[in-house]
Amino acid sequence: MTSTTTAALQPSISLLPSKKTPIVLSVIALITLISFGFLGSSQAANFSLSTSTDAFKIPDLVFPGMATNIVFGVLLLAVAGYSWWLRSKGRTLPTYAVVLAAVLFVLGFLIWVVSGANINTISLASLLAGAVVLAVPLVFGSLSGVLCERAGVVNIAIEGQLLGGAFTAAIVASITKNAFAGLIAAGIAGALVSLVLALFAIKYLVNQIIVGVVLNVLVSGITGFLFTTVMQEDPELFNSPAHLPVIAIPGLSAIPVLGPILFKQSVIGYLMYLAVFLVWFGLFKTRWGLRVRAVGEHPKAADTLGIKVNATRFWNVTLGGIIAGIGGSFFTLVAIDSFTKEISGGRGFIALAAVIFGRWNPIGAFAAALLFGFADNLQVILTIIGTPVPSQFMAMMPYLVTIFAVAGLVGRSRGPAAAGEPYVKE
Amino acid sequence: MSEQTIGQPPAGDQPVAPPEGQNSNNELLRKITQGPGPGLVSVLGVFVALVIGGLLVAVTDKKVIETSSYVFARPSDFFSQLWRAGTESYVALFNGSIYNSAQGFSPFLETLTVSTPLICAGLGVALAFRAGMFNIGAQGQIIIGATMAGYVGFAWHLPLVLHLLLVIIFGLLGGALWGGLVGLLKARTGAHEVILTIMFNYVALYLLDFLMNTTAFRRPGETNPISPILDANATFPALPGSRLHLGFVMAILLTVLVAWMLKRSTLGFEFRAVGHNPEAARTAGVNVARTTMLAMAFAGALAGAAGVAQVAGTEKVLTAGVAGSLGFDAITVALLGRSTPWGTFFAGLLFGAFRAGAVNMQISTGTPIDIVLVVQSLIVLFIAAPPLVKSIFGMNPKKRVRKTETIKAGAK
Repeated sequence: MTSTTTAALQPSISLLPSKKTPIVLSVIALITLISFGFLGSSQAANFSLSTSTDAFKIPDLVFPGMATNIVFGVLLLAVAGYSWWLRSKGRTLPTYAVVLAAVLFVLGFLIWVVSGANINTISLASLLAGAVVLAVPLVFGSLSGVLCERAGVVNIAIEGQLLGGAFTAAIVASITKNAFAGLIAAGIAGALVSLVLALFAIKYLVNQIIVGVVLNVLVSGITGFLFTTVMQEDPELFNSPAHLPVIAIPGLSAIPVLGPILFKQSVIGYLMYLAVFLVWFGLFKTRWGLRVRAVGEHPKAADTLGIKVNATRFWNVTLGGIIAGIGGSFFTLVAIDSFTKEISGGRGFIALAAVIFGRWNPIGAFAAALLFGFADNLQVILTIIGTPVPSQFMAMMPYLVTIFAVAGLVGRSRGPAAAGEPYVKE
Repeated sequence: MSEQTIGQPPAGDQPVAPPEGQNSNNELLRKITQGPGPGLVSVLGVFVALVIGGLLVAVTDKKVIETSSYVFARPSDFFSQLWRAGTESYVALFNGSIYNSAQGFSPFLETLTVSTPLICAGLGVALAFRAGMFNIGAQGQIIIGATMAGYVGFAWHLPLVLHLLLVIIFGLLGGALWGGLVGLLKARTGAHEVILTIMFNYVALYLLDFLMNTTAFRRPGETNPISPILDANATFPALPGSRLHLGFVMAILLTVLVAWMLKRSTLGFEFRAVGHNPEAARTAGVNVARTTMLAMAFAGALAGAAGVAQVAGTEKVLTAGVAGSLGFDAITVALLGRSTPWGTFFAGLLFGAFRAGAVNMQISTGTPIDIVLVVQSLIVLFIAAPPLVKSIFGMNPKKRVRKTETIKAGAK
């Protein structure tokens, strides 16, 4: 869907690669050098890596605020200069250098805020672990988006699928007193939302973006209505879901930093890692995945080769719904005690952003979702330690990052060619 | 079929030569957006949506559940309760939005008040649709428009007429800025406007949230995020005894303006040309990038007008929740109005009536306001898929049978 409409219509005369990446890199290098470095606080920023339950302790990382950022700024300037030089040779910056620059910038930012805050110490371990927890629904949502869009169906309804999953999980897990029943029901609810999307988008050829937008409103209306008329009438019976416990794997979970991230999760958290791997493996390493991608890129060619285009799309959208629904159950089965209206709070849209930022790749979407979870958690922690940056600007970060991403900071993010196009056999 | 009614961005989404089917689609688009729509199907679509909404209310009704336990023993009890539960909400809705014996037609004035921002923002979404773009960003444009209008309204102190005029201008400018920025990014980088507008919505939301916590915007001595009351000179004069204000006249004027613009002006023609087929438009000498930007700026200005209507008309203060869910309702309004100016106007009135009546409904029957969201979204879904409505009523006239069958065969 992010096809290059207008740009493609205006063939550029210059044969050199776009100036965008070098310009953006220069800007962030200067911000790091001047605002974070020269104008930053000279106090040190402490990052503690261990928690009390760890098997062994790692000493805290201590960065002097100003000095570190001056070094980072100079390094970033070097990367920017390298990218200008490459551009003059007609080449673009390799991805690892872009990633390196992004990491330096984020670290520089982190050191700048922490050294300037009232409390100069934050726990990196809990910052990262919390980020993963906040990212879980985003990851599931973005996997749903990847599956749908790779098959050529734009899924704006991720928000609705998450919300539907959260609601159904809460009500089923409350009635049955069984969290796993809630988990399964959430998957079914997500699939139901998907079925409506598939029915209208594939059978009735209604514009997919319209269906998605309207479905979000519909799910929000239905869950809000039932929340008031059913759940609030008897919260004891209908809105006190059984919860999925956090399972710590003995031994492994005591590894500093990585332990809590990888080995101290709820069932849904472990499912997340599994789902990312399976979707990636399925899409890129199996015959099924090749077919799905063919359907999303060039349905006519796929059809000519005997692939059932609309059936493939239908099953992919359904599968996406199941995954997003399970992600939605995280809200009510793990994170929060009970369902409330609009519990998903726009995270479906951040998941959509993660799909694009991750370039329609499950691993990329996973990384993007983690980044957004990180920004989300950072906002919480920074409010606690009292930084000069208003929390609202931190909250804006995922959205601004996405705007930069789609506007071409990290190269152009181009989606599957046929996403959004209904396929009618002639 | 009728997705083509809705301004159809796919035409704008295809840099490569469109498939052969596309031309006939555009033909269809022209027919439906400009000719009279398939009226009966739309009415039936609204009817089905209302029935489903009524059933949802009925099945969660306590008395209905009670009587259903002995439905086989005394079915009449069950069905009379079902009918009562299903209809009484709509009666309350009607009483709260059009007419009731106690207040006469004064609820209708409330409907007009509520529909004013819906119409303005709906026009913004519709205009972008016609230029081939999905403006999901009305929400953010309303917020920025309302913020700028509100600030001019309470921070400046100017004489009558001039003050209100500046409030309106700054509101429109704010929306135009927020929308135009999206248009600029789309034109310059090819980024998709759906993603951009969604992201800009959140940025606007947090920006307003931040501003409402600054001393420049926060009412002195107030701990809640609420601005000072706008100067009397800065607000729309209201009809005595109601909340209806002159902003409604602004909405009518904007509808006339957009209708004129799309039909008669060069710019409007360029909007539609780009909406139908950007490539052909470019070949014909239209500056597609400039048109894209202007279309989004105009769309944003219209949404900004909705923000003005809220702060300078209905609310008279700026709060963090000034836009409510207006931006998203505006999308359904534009879709229901088939992206035509007057269609949007009447769709705005209809959804305004739902909104206004829902308050009364919640008070008198206890039905949650959320039912309006359900009915609203179902209406749009059904109207977007006429074949579905037709199959519900078993009315696929012979002429059309072949056409729908080919589509269905294709869908399988």
